[in-house]
Amino acid sequence: MTKSILLVGVGGQGTILASKLLTIGLGQEGYDVKMSEIHGMSQRGGSVSTQIRFGEQVNAPVIGLGEAELIVAFEEEETYRWMKYLKPGGKVVMNKFRIPSSPMLTGDEVYPEGLIDEISAKVETTVIPASEEAAKLGSPQSMNIVLLGALVKAMGLTDIDWEKIMKENTKPAFLEKNLQAFRVGMDYLA
Amino acid sequence: MRELMTGNEAIARGVYESGITFAAAYPGTPSTEILETLATRYRDDLHAEWAPNEKVAVESAIGYSFVGGRAFSSMKQVGLNVAADPLFSFAYEGANGGFVFVTADEPGIHSSQTEQDNRFYAGMMDIIMLEPSDSQECKDMVIEGIRLSEKFNIPVMVRMTTRVCHSKSFVEMGERTEVPKREYVRDVWQRTTMPAVSIKLRHEILEKLPKMAAASEESDFNYSIINEGAKIGVVTSGISFQYAKDALGDAASYFKVGFPFPLPTEKIREFASKFDKLYVIEESEPFLEFQLKDKHIDCIGRELFPQEGELSTAIIKEKVLGIRNETIDLPVEKIKARPPVFCAGCPHRGLFYELGKRAKSGKIFISGDIGCYGISPLPPFNATDTIVCMGESVSGGHGAAKAFEYYGTDMKSVSVLGDSTFFHSGMTGLLDIVYNHSNSLVIIMDNRTTGMTGHQDNPGTGYTARGTEAPAADITAIVKAFGIKNVRTINPLVLAEVSKALDWGLGLSEPAVIITRWPCALKKFSPDDLAEFDTSRHLFEVQADKCIGCKKCTQTACPALRYDNESKKAGIYAPSCNGCGICAQVCPADAISMVK
Repeated sequence: MTKSILLVGVGGQGTILASKLLTIGLGQEGYDVKMSEIHGMSQRGGSVSTQIRFGEQVNAPVIGLGEAELIVAFEEEETYRWMKYLKPGGKVVMNKFRIPSSPMLTGDEVYPEGLIDEISAKVETTVIPASEEAAKLGSPQSMNIVLLGALVKAMGLTDIDWEKIMKENTKPAFLEKNLQAFRVGMDYLA
Repeated sequence: MRELMTGNEAIARGVYESGITFAAAYPGTPSTEILETLATRYRDDLHAEWAPNEKVAVESAIGYSFVGGRAFSSMKQVGLNVAADPLFSFAYEGANGGFVFVTADEPGIHSSQTEQDNRFYAGMMDIIMLEPSDSQECKDMVIEGIRLSEKFNIPVMVRMTTRVCHSKSFVEMGERTEVPKREYVRDVWQRTTMPAVSIKLRHEILEKLPKMAAASEESDFNYSIINEGAKIGVVTSGISFQYAKDALGDAASYFKVGFPFPLPTEKIREFASKFDKLYVIEESEPFLEFQLKDKHIDCIGRELFPQEGELSTAIIKEKVLGIRNETIDLPVEKIKARPPVFCAGCPHRGLFYELGKRAKSGKIFISGDIGCYGISPLPPFNATDTIVCMGESVSGGHGAAKAFEYYGTDMKSVSVLGDSTFFHSGMTGLLDIVYNHSNSLVIIMDNRTTGMTGHQDNPGTGYTARGTEAPAADITAIVKAFGIKNVRTINPLVLAEVSKALDWGLGLSEPAVIITRWPCALKKFSPDDLAEFDTSRHLFEVQADKCIGCKKCTQTACPALRYDNESKKAGIYAPSCNGCGICAQVCPADAISMVK
């Protein structure tokens, strides 16, 4: 049975490292893995997604409407935007963090309120102040690793040796902070 | 050993393993990473280069193949329009060393101008086409493509789409095959396009067609998957094959087409005979369907599936089985689009700010081009009227100027394009402006890189694709040599300079060129950049007591700026600020100042 994880955010937020580590881990565990992302125009501050599918044999690399077991969102509004891709009964892990769009920056639009409540009312949602937690660790760039830790727990992938994977695939200077960030993320899920 | 690779990386791997020794391309989403991978991971194994445009890239590869080397080129879908001219003739004349090229199409138009289906080019050129569905096939098809190219002396096209280019799946690694150069024998009755030769070659290519069709009938890339008891037959190719399998599972049997031109119609006819209903599932145009119907193989295709946008598992499930996935319903329409913006510190901002102010008069026609500045038609700048294709800003601007002149319209034509686009195909338009005397102003935004596709070097940057040094083309000297008498180079981060130059250029009654010269804010600065520009990162701050809440600064649409509707004050988000200072220059209250 193929499982689907959708990572969403705003161009430049760094969904790439988290998804890279995830696919390495899944591959080492013996799963077939496919991953898809869109480059180009949307990277300039637009809405971006990375799609990961794994299982015994994966066909399509792209997640369709109502197909994702889990959405991991790096930004609040983007969580909401992608909700129709979640399978009923699926889970949401989201960063409590807002990036205003350009019309919001100029004061022409306002950031919509109540999004987290609306999402939580519909599906099992874990809200993590991942940017804050990473900053507390003195490593703001580890925000994505906090969310990766939560993702791993949410998908029940804790048997994979993530510590080893991070050791082999992240910069040694950030390793200690990244390992801490990973544990912080895991602890957010019971 | 297996490795998780994007389709683009797998194409590069195929180029490496197949013993190709020359690759040339011009950057273009979604194909860019093919040549990037060749120029980095395999930089010591073969020669990989950025060409000024796709036509030049393909022509270089043709010359390489003519004299006996194995050659490769890759391009985005509209790039093939540019490269089509040499390819049509080359298809007649034929490859000597194996020749494979990739077209990367964009159903869904994620980062392109058109949704054209380039499979039809293969049909028009009468050449072999292969179409991969995953990264493993990307690699395998380049290797087999080279074999077929040398067997039939024909260029072979590999057609990808965005989802194949930018999706990762596992690829088995193989060894590189080194092959000697094929012998070159001069043969003007084979390798020229004199009409008498072309008449002969046209006949020969039509004789090759049935032989290539036989190769398709035998190819392992065309195969069927029979599910016992399945009542539906599906013919499909490319990424649609993956969607169809997910949507229909073992309720259908599949004929997977990996060699779609010439199409193995006899193999498909036999497959089709087993089913009451045959569906053709393909993205974009009915390319397979037309060929099947031409051979009187009854099938259901475009009357059921959309001809625009991307296909998906969900669309196929709904159209064939009438099943819709359940979704979680929230009023998503309240979430507005997140339009792309010029980055903080972008050197285009100052130009479009000043140009947009002048455009309000309705007296200038701004002919735009392909690049990050493709967002300049939008608010708050509203500083571009038209965009067509690479380089059209200049020639289209010339045409508009001629129309204004003929009809006595009180309007001025302005063309805007980047350095890489100028080298690509803006130069010939500029020659036209000089040669045919049009009163046009051309603005070349030289940001010292090819920005939109992710910072590739070009003939003006001083470096090659492989990072070695190269002579940097001098845009000022080029435009002067063309005969432009009025040329100014300015710093686009200084609004007073931009303003003065625009007033000067717009006021002239003969051709003029303004070059804005400042590196892209996201670029990794070269030693030359560091020597020429002050790239130290400054930081600006808004002094709240001085801010009058006029929102003038936000009209520069900088993502580092914030406007607080409650306090009616502007602010700068320090981690995003690149210190360009445009906001400080537009502030009428002198409330924004440099703090670092």
